Amino acid sequence: MNWKPVSWLFALALVLAPTVWAAEAESIGADPVIEQRMIKLSEELRCLVCQNESLAGSHAELAEDLREEIRVQMKAGKNDKEVITYLTDRYGDFVLYRPPFKPLTLLLWFGPALFLILGGAIWYFTLNKRRNLKETPVDEKQLAAAAHLLEDNK
Amino acid sequence: MKRWIPLILFLVLVGFFAKGLFLNPREVPSPFIGKAAPDFSLPVVGDANATFSPADMKGKVWVMNVWAPWCVSCRQEHGLLMALEQSGTVPIVGLNWKDKQREAEQLLARQGDPYFAVPDDLSGKVGIDYGVTGTPETYVIDQAGIVRMKHVGPISPDIWKDKFVPKLKELGV
Repeated sequence: MNWKPVSWLFALALVLAPTVWAAEAESIGADPVIEQRMIKLSEELRCLVCQNESLAGSHAELAEDLREEIRVQMKAGKNDKEVITYLTDRYGDFVLYRPPFKPLTLLLWFGPALFLILGGAIWYFTLNKRRNLKETPVDEKQLAAAAHLLEDNK
Repeated sequence: MKRWIPLILFLVLVGFFAKGLFLNPREVPSPFIGKAAPDFSLPVVGDANATFSPADMKGKVWVMNVWAPWCVSCRQEHGLLMALEQSGTVPIVGLNWKDKQREAEQLLARQGDPYFAVPDDLSGKVGIDYGVTGTPETYVIDQAGIVRMKHVGPISPDIWKDKFVPKLKELGV
């Protein structure tokens, strides 16, 4: 058997294979600027399917759809804020990893500071109480009794 | 009294955690409650010429059930939906979400079709417009086209009785 044509075909396949992959990858990352903006934005967003994953890192189908939607909207010239509004209109604030500042989230934002102040106050008052403790006067009689007991045990 | 304070605080904490343990993390409050159901117009499964739009349901209280043939937990509620269709309480529209294998028509023919209409949301865009995170999800929409309730996950007879029936009564069904 003549192996020459086969090896040529093999070489051709090797040359062509990367271009085939490249063509497939292109549709996803056609515009590197938009791709970067999309990834940066979706790192701040929650995947609705796997709730502890970011939209950027999730492989869920819905996350892929939403990333595609973000790309489309960015290509259409929408800024980050408009894209986020698009998502919160549909999925609520839950989609944001950074909760917005509003009356409902006040406790969320100020809670840690509140606990810090509370802890500081407890600490301060405890120290204060200890500082003001008066030394109890020593009862000479009891001291002598104690010394006597210690003497006995020797 | 003072020495009980840590124990009381501890029990309060335990109470919060116990409550949290029994919450469903999928029950995310929907921003659509009290707002108009997003409009759309989609072809209908099983009838190539027909389309469905929420505007078609104006003046009626209706239920939109987001389902898919590939969705396993949707099968759990299928029997209940069939019974509801039989009783004729409320029209159920079944949004066929991301049915890429094109199985909906066959499946409904085989298992029974509880739906008033089955809009075909192949791309999943309408689902996204409704804030769907996974099938099944069910919306109650009133006469004026306002979303009144959303339920995430399959509907059991108990859930129907405790959650849907009171809401529907409130809306006059």
